[in-house]
Amino acid sequence: MTTQVNDNRFDEAQLQEQFDATIEAKDRIEPRDWMPEAYRKTLIRQVAQHAHSEIIGMQPEGNWISRAPSLRRKAILLAKVQDEAGHGLYLYSAAETLGATRNELTEKLVAGKQKYSSIFNYPTLSYTDVGTIGWLVDGAAICNQVPLCRTSFGPYGRAMIRVCKEESFHQRQGYELLMTMMRGTETQREMVQESVNRFWWPALMMFGPPDDNSPNTEQSMAWGIKTHTNDELRQKFVDMSVPQAEALGVTFPDENLKWNEERGHYDFSTPNWDEFWAVVKGDGPCNAQRLAHRKRAWDEGAWVREAALAFAENQNAEAAETTPAADESTTAEEAAK
Amino acid sequence: MTETNPGAASAKDNSGSTGSTRGEWPLYEVFVRGKRGLNHVHVGSLHAADDQMAVHHARDVYTRRNEGVSIWVVRASDITASSPDEKDPMFAPSGDKVYRHPTFYDIPSDVPHM
Repeated sequence: MTTQVNDNRFDEAQLQEQFDATIEAKDRIEPRDWMPEAYRKTLIRQVAQHAHSEIIGMQPEGNWISRAPSLRRKAILLAKVQDEAGHGLYLYSAAETLGATRNELTEKLVAGKQKYSSIFNYPTLSYTDVGTIGWLVDGAAICNQVPLCRTSFGPYGRAMIRVCKEESFHQRQGYELLMTMMRGTETQREMVQESVNRFWWPALMMFGPPDDNSPNTEQSMAWGIKTHTNDELRQKFVDMSVPQAEALGVTFPDENLKWNEERGHYDFSTPNWDEFWAVVKGDGPCNAQRLAHRKRAWDEGAWVREAALAFAENQNAEAAETTPAADESTTAEEAAK
Repeated sequence: MTETNPGAASAKDNSGSTGSTRGEWPLYEVFVRGKRGLNHVHVGSLHAADDQMAVHHARDVYTRRNEGVSIWVVRASDITASSPDEKDPMFAPSGDKVYRHPTFYDIPSDVPHM
């Protein structure tokens, strides 16, 4: 992208020292800085997984766009799904500053070699799920993403800042949708409770495996990529969500969920980690469907990508034939005509 | 520092095959990263004979007081810009979509963390 002005004056030990000092000072690593290969690999893996999650995450909700209950809800849902696409693009751009290419990342996703968040392997069974996803799934994502605004790799942090600014709309539209249904009929209230029951545990699993079974956490925290452990963020999310559920008038499906005065936090049951690992490994309700859909979109879009390139080449060839005659006094306005 | 219009500069510089009038150094736009973690931000422009000179001049013109830790320079003629009209209809599609803003949704003030 840019030309390096400095020569290679430093050997690797010195470079590692500089890198460590930058991390130690809680400063940011920028793309042209030297970085350990393992740091680069870890970041590509994490940022790509995050990007894939945004893109795959369009599917469960996109499922309902054509069946929105009103024009208002349809416009909102379209805007939301469009935002998810945008978030994916911010993140792919960040991954590209690490030397990964967009095509390579997409190929790895459709080949099942890179993961995305397991939450999107659960189905959306009614329009109510659009509300629940906005409230709980986007709520959990916000919990996870706010600390990532201060992650040690500059482009990732800056992408997160943009994403977080936009997530607030996502969560609020979901909660508002559910509030509207809770003011409706008994059946509508039951639909909300049923939807919340299905999404509560998968939402808690979004923070990843428990700390004692999360092998990458320690190194990621030492590198400043992560700033909180999975369990810390999960607890924070539970503490935030309980009063929101009370205000809405729903309960979470956990009889052990109660305030612990001593800890100053809510206690809650252990999520079913066997289910989590099964879904991660491909056995969730919608894994095959999500990947097949993404692969189909990628394959069927191939001719569009090729045609756009061919068109650009033709335009350039035509421009090359006509430029020599251009007049020096041409102004921008005239050129625009 | 002059406020430059990359679009206008682009059209003008493109009139010559090398992007400059004979004897005049081409125009460069300068972007400076204030500190690690921040985006490069456009700070202005300058003339230079080539890319390397542009980086050095940008350092001397725009970062004499520690304003930056990183500089990007790009030939103004290489920038493609939207039309200079600030009421450009290109931006109209986002104008009537108030529901993209969180304030569009009424959530009671006693619901925390929302």
